[in-house]
Amino acid sequence: MGYGFTTAAYVVAAVLFILSLGGLSGQESAKRAVWYGIVGMALAVVATLIGPGAGLWLLSLILIAAGAVVGVMVAQRVQMTEMPQLVAAMHSLVGLAAVFVGFNAHIEIGRVLSAFTEAGEVFPLELYGVVPAGAAMVAEQFRGFAAVVAEKSGVELTILRVELFLGVVIGAITFTGSVVAYGKLAGKVTSAATKLPGGHALNAGAAAISVLCLIWYFNTGGLFPLILMTLAALFIGYHLIMGIGGADMPVVVSMLNSYSGWAAAAIGFSLGNDLLIVVGALVGSSGAILSYIMCKAMNRHFVSVILGGFGGASGPQMEVEGEMIATDADNVASALEEADSVVIVPGYGMAVAQAQQNVAELTRRLRAKGKEVRFAIHPVAGRLPGHMNVLLAEARVPYDIVLEMDEINDDFPETDVVIVIGSNDIVNPAAQDDPNSPIAGMPVLEVWKAKQVFVSKRGQGTGYSGIENPLFFKDNTRMFYGDAKASLDTLLSKVT
Amino acid sequence: MKIGTVAESQSDEARVALTPMSAKDLAKLGHEAVIEAGAGAKAGFTDAAYAEAGVEVLPDAAAVFAAADVIAKVRPPTDAEVELLREGQTLISFFYPASNEALMQKAADKGATIVAMDMVPRISRAQKMDALSSMANIAGYRAVIEAGANFGRFFTGQVTAAGKVPPAKVLVIGAGVAGLAAIGASTSLGAITYAFDVRPEVAEQIESMGAEFVYLDFEEQSQDGAATGGYAAPSSPEFREKQLEKFRELAPDVDIVICTALIPNRDAPVLWTRDMVEAMKPGSVIVDLAAERGGNCELTVKDEKIVTDNGVTIVGYTDFPSRMATQSSTLYATNVRHMLTDLTPEKDGKIVHDMDDDVIRGATIAHAEEVTFPPPPPKVQAIAAQPKKDKPKELTPEEKRGAEVAAFQAETKRQVGLLAGAAAAILLVGLWAPASFMQHFIVFVLAVFVGFQVIWGVAHSLHTPLMAVTNAISSIIIVGALMQIGSGSFLVLILAAVSVFMAAINIFGGFMVTRRMLAMFQKS
Repeated sequence: MGYGFTTAAYVVAAVLFILSLGGLSGQESAKRAVWYGIVGMALAVVATLIGPGAGLWLLSLILIAAGAVVGVMVAQRVQMTEMPQLVAAMHSLVGLAAVFVGFNAHIEIGRVLSAFTEAGEVFPLELYGVVPAGAAMVAEQFRGFAAVVAEKSGVELTILRVELFLGVVIGAITFTGSVVAYGKLAGKVTSAATKLPGGHALNAGAAAISVLCLIWYFNTGGLFPLILMTLAALFIGYHLIMGIGGADMPVVVSMLNSYSGWAAAAIGFSLGNDLLIVVGALVGSSGAILSYIMCKAMNRHFVSVILGGFGGASGPQMEVEGEMIATDADNVASALEEADSVVIVPGYGMAVAQAQQNVAELTRRLRAKGKEVRFAIHPVAGRLPGHMNVLLAEARVPYDIVLEMDEINDDFPETDVVIVIGSNDIVNPAAQDDPNSPIAGMPVLEVWKAKQVFVSKRGQGTGYSGIENPLFFKDNTRMFYGDAKASLDTLLSKVT
Repeated sequence: MKIGTVAESQSDEARVALTPMSAKDLAKLGHEAVIEAGAGAKAGFTDAAYAEAGVEVLPDAAAVFAAADVIAKVRPPTDAEVELLREGQTLISFFYPASNEALMQKAADKGATIVAMDMVPRISRAQKMDALSSMANIAGYRAVIEAGANFGRFFTGQVTAAGKVPPAKVLVIGAGVAGLAAIGASTSLGAITYAFDVRPEVAEQIESMGAEFVYLDFEEQSQDGAATGGYAAPSSPEFREKQLEKFRELAPDVDIVICTALIPNRDAPVLWTRDMVEAMKPGSVIVDLAAERGGNCELTVKDEKIVTDNGVTIVGYTDFPSRMATQSSTLYATNVRHMLTDLTPEKDGKIVHDMDDDVIRGATIAHAEEVTFPPPPPKVQAIAAQPKKDKPKELTPEEKRGAEVAAFQAETKRQVGLLAGAAAAILLVGLWAPASFMQHFIVFVLAVFVGFQVIWGVAHSLHTPLMAVTNAISSIIIVGALMQIGSGSFLVLILAAVSVFMAAINIFGGFMVTRRMLAMFQKS
């Protein structure tokens, strides 16, 4: 098949990918949209396999089939609560693949260069695509990507090097960053923000080394600066993400999502492949927007999230008055019994305790009694954008009663009972009342305006940000201590 | 110390300031109690019951006055009783100092300390000794019972074999403690209850008791109850007119009217005029709890029950609490006991009259040969002041227009600036980079734009599936690896093969998991 056919297939695939992302605007159209993505991917792979430049397609097919087996197994086994880990792990694969492909491009350049030198021809060429008669023989022997490289002129080769260099840098950062993020989300690495002594100076140093390597690599084209830079980038990825705490993971994961896209785009440039560029740009901007939305929801700057830690409290925080009043399942049950409208605010604690099924059961029973039950989801609830929605969907909570912050915030004053399950900072009134609070200005769910609030929480500790939550001390708040799942179990036994 | 209680000198007063129960509690504070023989008889407490509770029963009032250090009674003391007070003795009772100044002066001259139960400030801490509230509560309840006794029909609506009975309609005027108690009693008897008050902030309390707030459409009506210690203040003539107009409208419709509207230290406002009474149906009942101060109803006769020409019964009794003497004595005795608890901080039977204490200071009207009325305002506000709502500043159309234009210009500036910057950057790249790169670059920039436009439309709830699907499609890098795998070099082959394998995992895993997630989203 000719080059034209492959390009045509790529165009169709690119359009399908765009449609598949656009289809996610609604739950129903999304089910169709995912098929567009699948077809687009199949088309792209098949077109590449049968198009010019590809070889060893039998081996390729075997590898794809093997990958498919692993992928399908993972996809079927994964628990919905483990979704953040899975996404992070997948990002790491894309990152690593980008590094490998980048290295391959480097090796290919080396091979072409040595072949030309051996034949006594000049490489890079003086003009793109104009292969001198003598060099044609040499260029002929290359297939695939190497054949593309063999037609490059000097400037183009430089650009190619910048591109593959960028691809490797971003890929390497994505790889280690995702691995660390995976570790933190899976609980294999402590989710607290930890930094090596030296802190951001180390990151800055590693970044400086990368820049120096870029210049070095430009001038020599050697393998060593590339490897050195890769190591520096791997370190940056590791150290950067280690320094970010658990609750900022939604931003981290979407940022890594974005990086994996940019890595693909950079590799696309170096391979001269428009499909890679298009898809990389789509994924990159998608991740960037998600990061932006997450940061906006925490009222923090992207930079301050990435550099870790909570920024400047500008004065003494307001004293919290009152006391936390504990309650038990009987009281919660009778309050629910009397309530007409109930809003449930789930957070990461619900995911940790795997309590979504109990929450859904409670919802079903309350709805069966004709009560209005709704869910309020803060954009950064959980460890992944949209994490809570997926968990609730898994437990078969209908999505039309699961509302966003902006949709439900005005309804709290008319709500009889709010149940907060495992969330803390996203319902903290200090964000609005206390200008000195570290989270001042962060949009929060105004649950304290409801008639009664029950907070299911493991103990009296503060949330991830370490800030005292005045909500727990309010007159209309009662603390329902205990593991979310166990608490809901006892509650379910009282609510029939 | 000895706490003494005498029988009330007014013949119609059935209450008593000490019960056997409160005597036992006083003993815990280290006090002894004495009582005049027969003092509790009308309230249902025999002398034997007192004796059993450890109370010494003395034959007459003079003996009690002689024996006790503290005298507790219900009604304000008579002249004769004040005569009996001696220096250093404390009297706890209702006193109404504003209208009993001569008596107060006399008591002060004698060197006695007077604690007026009606002067206990209305703050949260003092609620347990707020005898006005506990008596008002009883009065409100009793008013409904009294109305029911004089009303010829059921309160609740019924459908019986003998026909349908419509529910009674009750209007409660004034939603203070008595009013709210009346609302509670009336709704629990099943009547349709309306309630009116000049303080709009009590609407919520009224509705919480199950009555309907009679809403008055009047601009000036925002009386702030906090400024007057939770009591109503006089309203403007315009407001009163509007109010009467509303009542006139309701009069033919309601069966029972319970008036509880009082303004501190003033005559009761006339709210139910003669023509309203005349407009009412025969058999209707008006119970006027404000009779003591002239009555809210124009026709009320103090201490009497009358029937008008058109058959409306008007009850003007002023002794509702006394009519439920057992209950009211129990509550009043408890109020007194709480007052004594505050006066006995060490629980050692020693009275310490702390004039720095807000509650004690407020209630004390004579101490150390001086009249100490009126008290200074309490340090603690009775009710938190309603936060003054700042009206959002109304912008004139010109200002609005100006702001819009300014916002539009700023937005335009920002966008044009960004575009110019980006265009300049791209042009710079174009000057230097070869054509083949620029072709790809155009594709890249356009794709970023398309990406931004498309992703903004993604529903928040689908962000996780979005991440999974972008993950899957970012494995498009497999295409690059596939192009390299056919290369001659072994190292390239290995790296490319690993990349293909990893990307394949991602493709299949990503799409599968997205499908799994999306299938879970279900509509109810």
